[in-house]
Amino acid sequence: MAKIIGGLTTSHIPAVGNAIANEMYDDPYWKPFFDGYPPVWEWLDKHKPDVAINIYNDHGLGFFLDKMPTFAIGAAHEYVNEDEGWGIPQLPPFPGDAKLSWHIIEGMVAREFDITSCQELPVDHGFTVPMQLFWRGAHANPDMPRAIPISANTVQHPIPTLKRALDFGKALRKSIESYPEDIKVVILGTGGLSHQLDGERAGFINREFDTYCMEKIIDDPEELTKITRMELVEKAGAQGTEFLMWMMMRGALGDNVKALHKNYHIPISNTGAGTMLLECEGVD
Amino acid sequence: MELQDLDHHVHIEGTTIFDGEMAMKGYALNKMCFSFNKAVARDAYLADPEAYMEKFGLNEDQKQACRDKNVLAMIAAGGNIYYLAKFAGIFKLSVQDVGAQQTGMTTEEFKEKLLRQGD
Repeated sequence: MAKIIGGLTTSHIPAVGNAIANEMYDDPYWKPFFDGYPPVWEWLDKHKPDVAINIYNDHGLGFFLDKMPTFAIGAAHEYVNEDEGWGIPQLPPFPGDAKLSWHIIEGMVAREFDITSCQELPVDHGFTVPMQLFWRGAHANPDMPRAIPISANTVQHPIPTLKRALDFGKALRKSIESYPEDIKVVILGTGGLSHQLDGERAGFINREFDTYCMEKIIDDPEELTKITRMELVEKAGAQGTEFLMWMMMRGALGDNVKALHKNYHIPISNTGAGTMLLECEGVD
Repeated sequence: MELQDLDHHVHIEGTTIFDGEMAMKGYALNKMCFSFNKAVARDAYLADPEAYMEKFGLNEDQKQACRDKNVLAMIAAGGNIYYLAKFAGIFKLSVQDVGAQQTGMTTEEFKEKLLRQGD
């Protein structure tokens, strides 16, 4: 049976894509951020997951306001990284796992999450930057797993509640664990943490709130569901609502996790950047 | 009763909640900006901005905000930052340039403000 071995979180800031392209790992600005990844690489090297469920939010490449799915799941054999309009280098397509995708889609709808299935889904930096951060060299890395993108709407309100995001993850866990093949699955929760790009409050970052979220998400994610969506906008910034992806990831990990590593750094671009490695119970 | 009279949100200083009302207001502007994912569209805008804006049916407020490259005015006219970022990309404006413009700072001052929050 499929086994979820852990969860990885990271910010997915576009500037990181450029920093990787330019190999700025030791640059004084970037070093405190990139230094957060080697412990994750070691863990991935040890466990070598077959599939990564990449939970991200599309930023206006895969979806437009004409039709805006609240939750969308990729069901393609591969995912193309298209031009986003502002010059991050494009990467080759990412191999998917359509069979597992449809199993998950069946499972989610059976559990009353009425998702949008996507046989074509151009993926943007929200998906590609984490793949590059966790699997150095991305396509050149023989260990890069097959990937299934799941996107939640944070472009347009109403966005999902934190409780709904956590519950989505719980249903996702059941939908994956019922897959009959013996594969190892890792769940990525990407985006955040606090940032705001728009308005007179642009540049808002909230270390205290980010720190609280990174602590609570380990052992008490239910407590975080008390945060209302408007409170999330207020405390995390307008785009800090991407924390919903972390909640979805956390729901998929089961009740008990071990936090093996975390890193937090301000600022990367306009953002408080957080990285975590959470291992599921019963994995060594 | 108008859509804006249905109160779904709280007021957060310096922040526009991009909801259904804003999504309807800004639809043409955002649709144009969404087209800028493609290089051919970016080139077409640069070649003749007025014709390109007309093609997408922008209203006068939206057109003027684009002519002025005024991000706060674009947001007031219904622009969504994720799509506006693609407009900014045409002119090679970074998110720090955009942040600086909205907060009345130079880009260097804005970057300094971001760095200070890490202290």
